[in-house]
Order: sequence, then C-alpha cells, then structure tokens
Amino acid sequence: MMKSLLEKLTTFIVVLVLPLMVIYFTVYFGLRRGEPKEIEFTSKATLAPKVDHAEFEILQQNFVNPKDVTAACLSCHNKRDDELMQSTHWRWEREAYIPGRGNVKIGKINLINNFCTGAPGNNGSCMRCHIGYGWEDKSFDFEDPTNIDCLVCHDKTDTYFKQKGKAGWPATAETADAEFAVPDYNYVSQHVGLPDRDNCGVCHFFGGGGNNVKHGDLEKALFHGDKKLDVHMGEDGSNMSCIDCHETKNHNIKGRAYSVSAENTNRIACENCHTDSPHNDKVIDAHAFKVACQTCHIPVYAKKAATSLWWDWSVAGRKDEHGNGFKEYDSDHNYDYLSIKGHFVFDNMVKPEYYWFNGTVDHYLIDDTISEVPVKINTLFGNYSDTAAKIWPVKVHRGRQPYDPVNKSLLSVKLWGPEKGDGAFWNDLEWDTAIQMGMAYWERPYSGQYDFIETEAFWPLNHMVSEKDQVLSCVDCHDRQDSRIASLNDFYLPGRDFNKGVDYSGFALIFLSLFGIVGHSVLRIVAPYKFK
Amino acid sequence: MEKIKLYTRFERFWHWTQMALVLLLILTGFEIHGNFSLFGFENAVRLHNSSAWSFMGLAVISILFMLFSHQYVNFIPTTKKLKEQVQYYLLGIFRKDPHPTTKSFYNKLNPLQRLIYGGLLILIFPVQIITGLVYMYYHYPENPVDVAGLQTAALTHTLGAFLVVAFILVHMYMTTTGHSLTSNVKAMITGFEKEEHKEKIEEKA
Repeated sequence: MMKSLLEKLTTFIVVLVLPLMVIYFTVYFGLRRGEPKEIEFTSKATLAPKVDHAEFEILQQNFVNPKDVTAACLSCHNKRDDELMQSTHWRWEREAYIPGRGNVKIGKINLINNFCTGAPGNNGSCMRCHIGYGWEDKSFDFEDPTNIDCLVCHDKTDTYFKQKGKAGWPATAETADAEFAVPDYNYVSQHVGLPDRDNCGVCHFFGGGGNNVKHGDLEKALFHGDKKLDVHMGEDGSNMSCIDCHETKNHNIKGRAYSVSAENTNRIACENCHTDSPHNDKVIDAHAFKVACQTCHIPVYAKKAATSLWWDWSVAGRKDEHGNGFKEYDSDHNYDYLSIKGHFVFDNMVKPEYYWFNGTVDHYLIDDTISEVPVKINTLFGNYSDTAAKIWPVKVHRGRQPYDPVNKSLLSVKLWGPEKGDGAFWNDLEWDTAIQMGMAYWERPYSGQYDFIETEAFWPLNHMVSEKDQVLSCVDCHDRQDSRIASLNDFYLPGRDFNKGVDYSGFALIFLSLFGIVGHSVLRIVAPYKFK
Repeated sequence: MEKIKLYTRFERFWHWTQMALVLLLILTGFEIHGNFSLFGFENAVRLHNSSAWSFMGLAVISILFMLFSHQYVNFIPTTKKLKEQVQYYLLGIFRKDPHPTTKSFYNKLNPLQRLIYGGLLILIFPVQIITGLVYMYYHYPENPVDVAGLQTAALTHTLGAFLVVAFILVHMYMTTTGHSLTSNVKAMITGFEKEEHKEKIEEKA
C-alpha cells in the first residue's frame, strides 16, 4: 500500500511536476525582455553664455550695414571666418568621392533636384538661405569674410531675419516692409549665442518653398513640438536643440543630408548616445546589424504638416480667363495646383519607403545623360550583403520635371525673378524663355526642345523619432501579407518568406500521415469482423 | 497480472518534458514561420529561443544518462524481426495477431521504433539544433562564419519541423497499438507495462 502510494507520488513528480517546472522556467526566462537604457543629457543650446556681449563697446556702435556687424564679430572671434568659409553652409559644395565616378564637387551649387529644380539662377529667392549677404549672382565674393552673416545662426533674440527675395540681405531702410523690419543690430549682436532651433529651422524647416515641403521630417511644428512629434525635441521631454545631435566643432557641423551629400563620413549615429545595445536585449539589439534605428523608431513622418510626395511640373503654367496664374487646394487645404509650380500630392502621417543604404550616394550630375526613367536624382547605395548597409526609412519624392529630349538631360530653369516680364517662369509662365535663361546661367547646352520626365529623389529620414510605444512592432516587417519591407527581396526574412516547395511538401507529408492514421484506424475497427 | 518495468523515472521525465518542449517549439516555430498567430510574433521568437535552449540542455543530460545507464542499446538499429514488425502493422494488427516482439527493460523499442526514433535522435534533432544555432548566431555577414543569410538554414529548419510534426502524429497514433489502446501511454506514465502474452501467463498459472 505504502509502496504503491510512493510510486504514484514519484510518477506524479516525474511526469507532471518536473516537466511543468522546466516549462515554467523556460517560459519565465524566455519572455523576459531587457529594460532599455536611460541616457543622461544636458542641452547645449540652453547653456548660459560665457560672456555678456552687451558689455562690448564694439557692439554699441551705430550699425547700418550688417557687414559691419560681421567685422565687429570677427575682430574678437578671429579665424572663425576661415573655418566658416570652408563649410558647405558657405560654399554650397564640397568634394566628395562617389563610387564609380571618383572625386566630384557637389552641392546645392551644381545639383539638380526635383522640387524647384535647382538654386543657381534663382539667387534672389534661393540664396536667402545662404549664410551670407547678397549672393545675387556669380560675382559674389566667397573670399570676403564680411560677406558672412553671423547673426542668422547666432541670433538669440528671434528678431533677426533675412528678407524675402533679397539674396540673403536683411531689410534695409529702403526695402523694409510690413513683414520685414530693419533689424536692431545692437540688440541682436549683444544677444548672440549657440544656435537653437529657431536659427536652424528658419531655413531647414522651409526647404522646397514652404513648411515641410522638402524633408518631410523637418517642419515648423518642431519649434515647439511635444514628445509625440519628436521624442528628442519635445518640449515636454528632453527638449533637445539641433546642435545637441549635430555636434559642431570649429564650425564643422556633424550630419549629412543625402540630397546633397555622397560620403559616409561626418555622420551622426544614434549609437553615439544610445550605445550599440540600447535595448539591453539581444534579439532586438541584433537587428541593428541590418536595420537602422530610424526604421523602427520613425514609423511615420510628416506627423503634422503635409509634405510633398509628387510634384508635376508638366501641368504648370495654366492661366485663368484673365491671363493670370491661379491656385487650387485639396480637401486638406494643401496645394493641389499652382500655375507657377504645377500639380502636387501632399500628405501627412506618411509611411516611409524602405531601402538598403550604406551611407554613400550617387547623384544625377549636370553632365549626365538620362538612361532610365524615372530619372534618379540621387541613388542610395547598399544591399543585403553589404556589411555597411542597413534598411533605412526613406521619403521618396517623385514628380515630373523639364528635360531636354535631344540632349537627354534634366533642365535648369529660371523660376524666380524680381519682377514681371523678366522672363522668370514664376513671373511670366513661359517655359521656353525660363529654360533658356536657366540653362544660360548654369552655362549648360540646351537644344531648344523641352519635355517633362519622371524623376525620383531619396531622402533618408532621421527626425520625428516616435515615442517607444509608437515604434514598429515585429509583424510590421515579419509578416507574409503586409510587410513594410516587402520590396526588399535580396534576403530571407522569417515570418515574411517561405519556400513553396518546402511548405507544400511539408503540409503534404502531414496530410498523408493523417490520411494513413485514419485509414489504419478504420481497418483496425472493420477488419477483425472480416477475419472472424 | 504481471507487470514489467520499462521506463525509469528519468526516462519518463525526459519523455514528457521533451514532449512539452517540442510542442512549444512547434507552436512558436510555425507562428514565426507565418502560419498562424498565437503568442504574438515577439513572444513566439522569445519562447522559441528559450525552449530551444531547454531542449538542448535536456538533450545533453539525456545523452549522458543513456551513456551511463547503457540505455543507448535501445536505439541501436537492428534488422532482426524488422520485417515481421512491418508485416504486423500492415497486416497482423488487423487480425489481432500477437505482437511479433516482446518488450523488456533493455529492449523497450521494437525494430521499427529503433529505426524511427534513432533517425529522429541522430538525424532530425541535430539538424534542427545546428540550423537553429546558425539561425540564432550566424546569419549576419558580420559574423566570422558567413552563411550568406538565413535562406539555407531557415529552409532546412522548416523542413525538419514538418518531419517532426509528421513524426508526432504517427507516434501518437502508434501509442494505441499496444495490447490495449492506452497501455503504451500508461507505461510511459507509470513506467510499468502489463505483460502482453496472456496465453503464456495463463499457462504458467
């Protein structure tokens, strides 16, 4: 009796208790998820200035020309002009190595884009965002330090602005209007400091002719956003300024915009602060071999204002019954049609597209001959077997823009001009003249014929990082039907991929086994009666 | 009624723990493969990894057990009575013929079982373990051993998983082919099986 009870107890332990314990610990330890690391941080832009510029006599003088302010700055901050004049903010070009091409000089100064097609020739408007005074034409002196506009980046009063259409000049007594007053140079120059969002955003949030048109992840809502909009810049969170990530030494600003860059250097990496095991969790951290942090942490971009996704210049130039250009809006109050610019598709809360990207980029250069449609304004390099490449979220800006069907090249257009009748497209809505003027400024050949061709430009996303409860989950990619990276087919992705041969034969095997079992059982039931 | 001892405490623990782990591996594995949603993808991955580690740990312990207890002899394949065993399942069983082989502590598996279980233990499980480890550690080109992506490991692992599922189905059915429908399962629980050859027992009595 005792023995049988002991046996039953042993049985209970070895076939139920112990296996369940193994399973319990397997599940308990299996489901444990690492706690992400917290990052300590102090914002640079809010650091108190080391000196009180108001006490400097040289800043008390009666400034009339802002170039005199620059001279005053440089009288103390000597050699800073040398640093600055090497920067791309000044030159709008830099030498870069492009695989397959070698070293080329590229930048806004010679690249064509698929927004307003290109800056040179439209200086009055475009060069408003140059950090200098008066880059009106090719005669601008890049070697004159007093042409540098120190204030646009270092003004802490938010009262200093460059005037529209004045090639980087602020308003003067003659040009001042309701929108732009003459800056109070004493007040501004006595209140300078490290750049904050207002300084950077005034240009970088408005690229492409309006708020968030270009980047999609940089817009004016970031001046005063919350954590939902951008977890780094949210005023209710870390409240970081641009230069906290875009660390700057000797006026060399870290960070790359691949619309104008080509090399995998001087970049900012999330890992710089967050380490390479930010999740403190092996399975998730291992993704970083092949997946950029941005891919999961920027699930949508253009979270507030819409961004341009399609810009069709081919329909631009329509006039109403009075011979004037007109505007039409879509149901979300975004531009749908502008006579001066064409047809747009704007959208917000956009899901990125995903591409392999190793930090190097090719560009359409002005001497290139078009060989494929859509024409790639830039090309992100990378693929699965490239150890430097990661899957990256990208804003792809597509559209149609003027090209020369004879020379097979994208055209540069004179869009902006100071007044009606000067031939600029935005004044007169005549393509042929505007193209001739544009190509002449760029000193490029034009056959005299133009048509429109589809182009696409690739903008890797970095900003508008979401809060952690908003990031992508596994099945956003690891899914058979609806994977965000369905188009990246050069590797096997669990959950998304399977081999039809393997799966079909596998299920056939299971089916045959079941069939055999059922058949055998039936025979076992029926047969004994027959054998009787 | 005579009982013979077939399975030690460790063997019973091994069997049922392995059953639970394999079940967990199958469920989580096919969820990761995209066939259904049960635990959620992330939990499925985590549970698949942890149950794989438990499985491997159990495998090491059981190999040691078999070596030291000489129980490995049960898995040495033999052709003796193999034909009879096959014939039994294809024919004899329908006539309620007696089993062609008898079980004992050092001969608890019939020739067909030796072949199938042996195959499972030395072919399918090692393949699953190796491809699984490759899956966990060696699929990124950054690793010293570059297997150029998951493709090969993943497809082999999937194929192995299908074979395991097929094995389980047939194995479960075969438990009903003892001298009663439940005697085999009972033996794996209690460790003892009632002797089958009633005639002999009656003769002795």
